[in-house]
Amino acid sequence: MSTLLDVKDLVVRFYTQEGTVYAVNGVSFELEEGETLGIVGESGSGKSVSCLALMGLIPSPPGKVEAGTVMFEGRDLLTLKPDQMRLIRGKEIAMIFQDPMTSLNPVLTIGTQITESLKLHEGMNTSQSRKRAADLLDMVGIPDAYRRLDDYPHQFSGGMRQRVMIAMGLSCNPKLLIADEPTTALDVTIQAQIIELVKQLKDEFNMAMIWITHDLGVVAGIADRIQVMYGGRIMESGTSNEVFRDSRHPYTVGLLGSLPRLDSSGEEKLTQIEGSPPDMRNEPAGCPFAPRCDVREYLQLEKCWDQRPPLENVPDADGGSMHIMSCWADIREGVAENV
Amino acid sequence: MSSPAMAIDKRKTNTEDDNILEVTALKKHFPISSGIVFQRQVGAVRAVDGVSFNVIRGETLGLVGESGCGKSTTGRTILQLYRPTEGSVKFEGQELSTMTGNDLRQMRRRMQIIFQDPFASLNPRMTVGSIVSEPLQIHKMYANKKERQQYVEQLMEKVGLNPYFINRYPHEFSGGQRQRIGIARALALQPSFIVADEPISALDVSIQAQVVNLMEELQDELNLTYLFIAHDLSMVRHICDRVAVMYLGKIVELGPVDEVYENPQHPYTQALLSAVPVPDPVVEENRQRIIISGDLPNPASPPTGCNFNTRCPVAFDLCYQEPDPPLIEVRPDHFVSCHRVT
Ligand SMILES: Nc1ncnc2c1ncn2[C@@H]1O[C@H](COP(=O)(O)OP(=O)(O)OP(=O)(O)O)[C@@H](O)[C@H]1O
Ligand SMILES: Nc1ncnc2c1ncn2[C@@H]1O[C@H](COP(=O)(O)OP(=O)(O)O)[C@@H](O)[C@H]1O
Ligand code: SF4
Ligand code: SF4
Ligand SMILES: [Mg+2]
Ligand SMILES: [Mg+2]
Repeated sequence: MSTLLDVKDLVVRFYTQEGTVYAVNGVSFELEEGETLGIVGESGSGKSVSCLALMGLIPSPPGKVEAGTVMFEGRDLLTLKPDQMRLIRGKEIAMIFQDPMTSLNPVLTIGTQITESLKLHEGMNTSQSRKRAADLLDMVGIPDAYRRLDDYPHQFSGGMRQRVMIAMGLSCNPKLLIADEPTTALDVTIQAQIIELVKQLKDEFNMAMIWITHDLGVVAGIADRIQVMYGGRIMESGTSNEVFRDSRHPYTVGLLGSLPRLDSSGEEKLTQIEGSPPDMRNEPAGCPFAPRCDVREYLQLEKCWDQRPPLENVPDADGGSMHIMSCWADIREGVAENV
Repeated sequence: MSSPAMAIDKRKTNTEDDNILEVTALKKHFPISSGIVFQRQVGAVRAVDGVSFNVIRGETLGLVGESGCGKSTTGRTILQLYRPTEGSVKFEGQELSTMTGNDLRQMRRRMQIIFQDPFASLNPRMTVGSIVSEPLQIHKMYANKKERQQYVEQLMEKVGLNPYFINRYPHEFSGGQRQRIGIARALALQPSFIVADEPISALDVSIQAQVVNLMEELQDELNLTYLFIAHDLSMVRHICDRVAVMYLGKIVELGPVDEVYENPQHPYTQALLSAVPVPDPVVEENRQRIIISGDLPNPASPPTGCNFNTRCPVAFDLCYQEPDPPLIEVRPDHFVSCHRVT
């Protein structure tokens, strides 16, 4: 496998009337061909903005990509002109969003919207593109696909609209699919349908995928690697097994501890992380999690406040492991039991 | 450590007859009208279509099911925020469905609701103090202004808000804090029963545990009874004693949480539980998912026969011919509505 995407030191800010929003503060990650990366974190942690940035979709003003490189197949996407970028979006990289209604045009039929992209990217004529559009809808499990090409988005349910978005996303065989909370607005039974569909199509199309979510359960079943974000930075990253079963960052540990489990009876009190997520209008000098971190408190680590912990291999990582985190403490040293 | 015995234990601290609420054959249909000049009714959305259950004093009963299946409508019809189309709601022994005027107002003091969206449910132009004390003024309690303020400060402290912020406005608070304000307001009239309609769905993951822990503490301290409406089935298992699973306006399964989660009987419950992802890759890898196809049917024209027959993986002849299967006790305290099971 070779590297498909290489993001380095991405910094994105929004200059708003209420002040500067430090949305993404130095994010680096790589993605192999065919690999699935899960990006998790609470709302506002910078998940969407990092992905919008690499797609060249940051609204400007107020937003600005301040630094970083995004190497995709040998080119730095951040240096491309808007029309070069437009060709990459949709053809090489596709994106699906949480609310398909906002990405579908309510006054155009489903068919028109799918065929538009096929005509643009694949140079098909009307009847070719209609045929292909119907095939695509059929592929994502929409019954009676040819007839439904003439329906409008509001005639589809939420789950069906998300299927349409997936069909559109995949229409040009992209190498990378970015899915930003694509199932968050859906019921669990429909979510299970969509996840199953995407898993199957991902293998069929041999795509790499970035799946953004705040639901840690969703990515546990689909991602090869997980990246945990907080305050516009990566806190921990590793294989699913490493991050979920050998979590090392106090935030990851806290987050997993605060989740009740479907598969165990809920007699114990949930451990809660105190305080609230950070106000992104301040750029913390040290670790963004410091105000809420009980490990820092227990160990009385003063440097957490003013020194930014580097994103490095966790202590004692196995040879070759890419299990990394950004934290001054080693929670295994008898700390975890005491906080 | 899931022993059904423990769950029953937890529940049996209340006696069987100590029902705070008894809902019988409750229906709420919303008329669909058509015509521009002359509106005439052309049909009805059967949002709640004959549900029966009890709520035991001091327990938390979970109400789960897909979006649009009638959870919120059930909650609101119980509180008489919607008047029932049919059926009975008995609260602390009194029939609410026929109650009106001052009697109903008095009963409402004992039953409150907490909403999902802490942003939309608080008036942005009112201070926290006036939001929390509004119900007191409506019900003419604590006429003395100073006493009222003291009481509101107490409430704020109880829900973990610094009383120092009594004169601040909702936008100055985070989502979790706003939900605390909503809880303080719900507690102001010292209710015995609270409908919590997705109280944590809009909150950040790390804040959800805070609010749930608070609700559990308040329940113990004030002997509250909750009807907990939720999407998050993992949280329901954690917080609830019993759970009712709704599908298209009806309850399809009802029982103690551990019993239902470990031994789901209705095909819909089985599919629903199997669809919930667990944050553990090893568990996920070994899980068998039951994927049910299609969407929830339109509640204005439910299928004939069993409501679930359009999506049920194990439907057979009877399911299309017979009327909806009745809710029958298949094991102690565990009720199911399915021809396959009963
Ligand atoms: N005031 C109303 N007028 C007409 N139809 C309504 C009204 N309120 C609810 N409904 C319909 O009744 C059905 C049940 O709605 P309800 O809000 O109770 O669902 P729910 O289970 O709470 O869903 P969710 O999980 O999305 O909150 C839906 O089809 C809904 O569209
Ligand atoms: N268009 C915008 N204008 C101003 N601030 C924005 C904009 N988009 C995102 N932000 C801010 O950037 C931060 C990160 O946002 P985002 O990446 O969307 O978070 P999430 O992790 O929930 O996807 C947040 O503080 C958010 O409010
Ligand atoms: S660097 Fe310090 S504050 Fe940040 S997570 Fe680690 S211990 Fe906590
Ligand atoms: S009654 Fe029939 S259709 Fe309904 S849930 Fe049972 S098996 Fe399925
Ligand atoms: Mg987002
Ligand atoms: Mg609702």
